Amino acid sequence: MHDAAGGAFRGFGAVLYKEALHLRRDRLALFFAIFMPLFQMILLGFGIDTNVRQVKTIVLDENNRVESRQLIDRLRNSDTFRITGYVQNDRELNDAIVSGRAKVAIKIPWDYSDQLSKRGTALVLVLIDGSDSSVAGQAINVTTAIGLDESLRRVLTDRQSLPVEMRPQLLFNPDSRSPNFFLPGLMAALLLFVTTFLTAFTIVRERENGTLEQLFVTPVKPLGLMFGKIVPYLVVAFAELCLFILLMVTAFRVPVHGSTLLLLVLSVPYIFVALALGLLISSKAGSQAEAIQLSLLTLLPSVFFSGYIFPRDTMPLPFYLLSYLVPASYYINITRGIILRGAGFVHLWKDGLVLLVMGLALALLAARRFRAKVIAT
Amino acid sequence: MAAENSSNGLAIRAVQLTRRFGDFTAVGGVDLRVGRGEVFGFLGPNGSGKTTVIKMLTGLLPLSGGDAWVEGFNVRTEGEALREHIGYMSQKFSLYDDLTVGENLEFYGRIYGLPAERLRKRIDDLLSIHGLGPYFGRLAGKLSGGWKKRLALACAMLHEPKIMFLDEPTAGIDPVARRHLWDLIFALSGEGVTFFVTTHYMDEAERCSHVAYIYFSKLIADGTPSALKALPEVSPAGTRRLEIRAPEITRAWHLVREMEKVRSATVFGESIHALVTDPFDVDRLKSELARNGILVSEIRPLTPNLEDVFVELTSQHQAEMEAAHA
Repeated sequence: MHDAAGGAFRGFGAVLYKEALHLRRDRLALFFAIFMPLFQMILLGFGIDTNVRQVKTIVLDENNRVESRQLIDRLRNSDTFRITGYVQNDRELNDAIVSGRAKVAIKIPWDYSDQLSKRGTALVLVLIDGSDSSVAGQAINVTTAIGLDESLRRVLTDRQSLPVEMRPQLLFNPDSRSPNFFLPGLMAALLLFVTTFLTAFTIVRERENGTLEQLFVTPVKPLGLMFGKIVPYLVVAFAELCLFILLMVTAFRVPVHGSTLLLLVLSVPYIFVALALGLLISSKAGSQAEAIQLSLLTLLPSVFFSGYIFPRDTMPLPFYLLSYLVPASYYINITRGIILRGAGFVHLWKDGLVLLVMGLALALLAARRFRAKVIAT
Repeated sequence: MAAENSSNGLAIRAVQLTRRFGDFTAVGGVDLRVGRGEVFGFLGPNGSGKTTVIKMLTGLLPLSGGDAWVEGFNVRTEGEALREHIGYMSQKFSLYDDLTVGENLEFYGRIYGLPAERLRKRIDDLLSIHGLGPYFGRLAGKLSGGWKKRLALACAMLHEPKIMFLDEPTAGIDPVARRHLWDLIFALSGEGVTFFVTTHYMDEAERCSHVAYIYFSKLIADGTPSALKALPEVSPAGTRRLEIRAPEITRAWHLVREMEKVRSATVFGESIHALVTDPFDVDRLKSELARNGILVSEIRPLTPNLEDVFVELTSQHQAEMEAAHA
């Protein structure tokens, strides 16, 4: 056996054996490793749809003629608006927005059809609740587009087609499905959190219990101890990644356009970063509660500054620069690149390299801190 | 290990062992010589440096000064080799609660790299020595305090160490488990294993073949229990010790303490141990107490016990320190 031979990794096999037993018994760790990803996938995969659809809309139709009803039908057919009611006057219209009953209120004035037939300008008032920026933006775009389209049709009655027509085509995610956008990002956040948390937890727990000190009077070598503790979680993280990809492809129908193998390979440096971060936290945290808090602290920038939810390009400069320090930024680029855009190694090797360098730096830092801490206590 | 010939026959030899934490000196210039197979009791108040000494001797904590050899290995330079030969049960030796008794043993056996066959044998032996057999498949976390200690001790001696460091092994366990543990210590010491044991219990100290007392980082007593009791400092010339048996012991103690020529008085169960200056009139003490309604049942000369020794040495050391400060 390797242990008996000694060497720098002495104790590796024994610690590995023990950690595997811990993992098998530790319900909390299993919960974090398996069920939390599932919950979050379901939440983000099925529950959240960022596409704005069926916005509650109130209409005040003072005109009430064929033309005005045509306009209402067009709004309804856009799929953006859902007409939930009609009101009789301006006060009620306003009230519908203020009370939150509707996000959009449309007023078609009494002279709408007259203005159209006179070739004057028919005004339509669109009140939008600006408290939700994505809803508001979509409402502005769609109403403006419908207005413009209506105008053009009336102006260009003599022509069969428009002189210029923009034909936007969404690549990679043609239906703008939310799971396609969220799941590759969630993968990064989850993998980081679970791995960091489990690694930090396993070491802090030993220190808190006093078993770490006990191990230091045995012939186990620091490297044997570290790797013995890390490898099981590396395996857990990797298994979790595979489970995640499997569910993503089957249950959530997000296809991997690039190479799944490349995705797995480029995940290794990221998992390494997460493990090193866990080690660093364990060298800093005095208790298990502290370790949980510090792990949560690493999760926040990974969610908010990595491009997972908010696009990095639109961040204010300080935050944009900060996002370069967040490992998840690079990994999300890798996951979205491979899964959605079908990117290959040539496009992504730099991200992998940055992660590898980050992991090495963190691991060295953790090892130094760890030694200092062990000697001091 | 030829270079350490000077420590031949000694399990532990420490010379001016010192550990500082910043400005604070936790252990200051401690000299120790512990022979092989001795049961060495290391005593002292909390915070006086007992655990720090153990940590230095087991290679957990670097030395700030001095030098030490354990089983002939220099703790500064040969810590790695040393670890193969020592067993250490820290104050809060904790087992892995979510591992069974058998798994805990197996883990420590693997750590020491015992070959599979020998490990089986050792585990079987230790299970029977400690009576842990019936609990083999039970989670360590579900054992009671005494059984946990037994398991901890079994884990610490799996690799058959030549010297065992036990830091307050009997703190917080029941009398039966305490008795069992000491029986085991003597059985093993008979086989040549050296024990370095810290304790607060005087009855345990009395059983040791060699005791030392550390007080505020300094060693103030070192020797066999009988040698320490015979120390002239403990029974200064012109004084003697008396044991006074009387009812209403607390009230009697208050009275005795205030009497002329009584240097110190301590209650032990149903009697008072007093250190008095000669010539001392025992009858006067009796009549004094009788005047207060307390009838002394017995007064007899007393040889000091270890607690008397440590109390006396501590107060003398304290007086010296205060004098040095003044």
